[in-house]
Amino acid sequence: MSKKDIYAQPKDNYHAKIVAKSTAVFIVCILLTLLCLVPIYILIVNATHTSEELRRNASQFFPGNALMTNINFLLEKLPEDASRTDKNTAQMYAGQFNVVKGYINSLIIAGCTTLLTVFFSAMTAYGLTVYDFKLSGPAYTFIIAVMMIPVQVSSAGFVNFMYQLNLIDSFIPLIIPAVAAPAVIFFMKSYMKSSFPLDIVEASRIDGCGEYRTFLTIALPMMKPAIAVQAIFAFVANWNNYYTQNMILKDQSKKTIPIMVSSILGFDRTPNYGVNYLCVCLSILPIVIIYFCLSKFIIAGVALGGVKE
Amino acid sequence: MASAAQRRIKSISYAKYGYMFIAPFFLVYAFFQIWPLIYTFILSFKGNQSNCGAWVGLDNYTTIVLGQGLAPGAANIKAEFLQALGQTFILWFGNFVPQILLSLLLAVWFTDAKLKLPGKGFFKVVMYMPNIITAASVAALYVNLFGDSERYFVNSLLMHNFGMEDPIKFLSTPWPARILVMFIQTWLWFGNTMIMLMSGIMGINPSLFEAADIDGANSSQIFFRVTLPLLQPIMVYTLVTSMIGGLQMFDIPYLLRTGAQYSKNLETVAVFVYANFNNGPANVSNYGLAGAASMIIFVITAILGSITFYMNRDKDEIAKKKQRKRAEKQYKAKMKQGGLTL
Repeated sequence: MSKKDIYAQPKDNYHAKIVAKSTAVFIVCILLTLLCLVPIYILIVNATHTSEELRRNASQFFPGNALMTNINFLLEKLPEDASRTDKNTAQMYAGQFNVVKGYINSLIIAGCTTLLTVFFSAMTAYGLTVYDFKLSGPAYTFIIAVMMIPVQVSSAGFVNFMYQLNLIDSFIPLIIPAVAAPAVIFFMKSYMKSSFPLDIVEASRIDGCGEYRTFLTIALPMMKPAIAVQAIFAFVANWNNYYTQNMILKDQSKKTIPIMVSSILGFDRTPNYGVNYLCVCLSILPIVIIYFCLSKFIIAGVALGGVKE
Repeated sequence: MASAAQRRIKSISYAKYGYMFIAPFFLVYAFFQIWPLIYTFILSFKGNQSNCGAWVGLDNYTTIVLGQGLAPGAANIKAEFLQALGQTFILWFGNFVPQILLSLLLAVWFTDAKLKLPGKGFFKVVMYMPNIITAASVAALYVNLFGDSERYFVNSLLMHNFGMEDPIKFLSTPWPARILVMFIQTWLWFGNTMIMLMSGIMGINPSLFEAADIDGANSSQIFFRVTLPLLQPIMVYTLVTSMIGGLQMFDIPYLLRTGAQYSKNLETVAVFVYANFNNGPANVSNYGLAGAASMIIFVITAILGSITFYMNRDKDEIAKKKQRKRAEKQYKAKMKQGGLTL
């Protein structure tokens, strides 16, 4: 057997092939990036045009100078000589898309749910990890099993029940259920399993620390990374939640940003195209800002959520 | 012999704290999730609208599945539900396939150590971005881009710059609207799936890839023989969550419309349920029909979940477990015979 048969030949043009493939992949990635960013770019650009400009030509690629006009329209600050139709339309928009009210309502709901979700999920995960009791196994199995149940399945009964309790138009049915978040418990439990040594609990017991204090002052700070990731996701999910909020909140003064942005779709008779874009822009603005500040954590969190052994 | 003090320490039980720590979850879950679920089940045997208190037995189920029942236009309700079920499947399938292919391709590229790809972090951040934006806003954005008349972006672009005569009715014709929903769903989710698959690939021992490379495998062989089999658990997870998510598909199909009425061409089962109960209190809504449809979704979800998990369970692991048990048995048998001493 000659040497040639034993040792493989160096691959032909290895370096050139790698460079070619890298370039091709890079171009595909650029295209996909454009696909993700162009709709957002168009959204922002069109929010800076007046409705009249967009009626003449709706495909604007460059920013206009009507952003303030649109903002004033949404705040019902029209010029003196505005037509009656414009005034009526502006009133309709300002009534349905009260952006400050929407931000406040969404912030209350998303903020409270986030706090409840992370605190009680950490607590449940801690209880299941640290204590050895008869029902801990079945309880955990139950939590994993119900993780899969879609919210849609029980929503008819949920809404009917809320009508009976007179909790329609109240934030309670949107905030309190956040205490029970099976998926977050699952995540926190796996986090504790890998990075929470139980010896610490023993040590704190020997030092005379009570069980609740151990959880609050020792375990919670140690779970900060998991809590931070889950807090971001809980906040975003609750800020974006249209389904549950729309079935509970009917009163105009209680509506949140997702409901408000969906209501502009109803203005098909006398739409103001520029203001439509502005409304969508305003509705995604806080989330996009949060995202670009915390993108590293969010991406890492998504990756963590996917790790299954 | 343990001293009295030692015995006392051993007998301290912390079990009650365990129950206390998990109690809030179970109380709230029972009140806001389990009872509504049971109540939905009960409602599915009760009448609709003015008939809301009455017990009607399986009437709602026969209305939905067979088109026979008390509700006016039972045959239409059945047709609507079946259409919604079919459309749910079409919309799910049409977004899952391109999404998983695209995500898998990107995940393999991004984790390939040989490729020189600048700006990976930037690409990941941008590609995940659609997933974080409010779905209601995404629907409103796409309505403003793909509206039916020349007043909306894409039609205006086609008519002013490419000389098209009539606008394409993206939203009101069935297939363009469905394809648009599939596109939006893919747009929303491919970044998320990509990152999950990437973390799966990065969890694979890199020496396996090196060994395959040294043995002369090319990149497609490495993908099909090494990456894909080892990625199976995470692929199953993605498939199951996507299927269950597909059954819940609501925001985009419900809101991709102009006007106050949702599009029948895009109606999914979740929209069907929602439209039936969301008119107000029991005497003006179809809680019975909504409940029956919910229970059907529940059963489908449960079946899908268990079938997929059963088909894709880790066969090697099960075989290993069996082997371990057999070894243990043999060992115990030997112990009994007295052939082995510890």
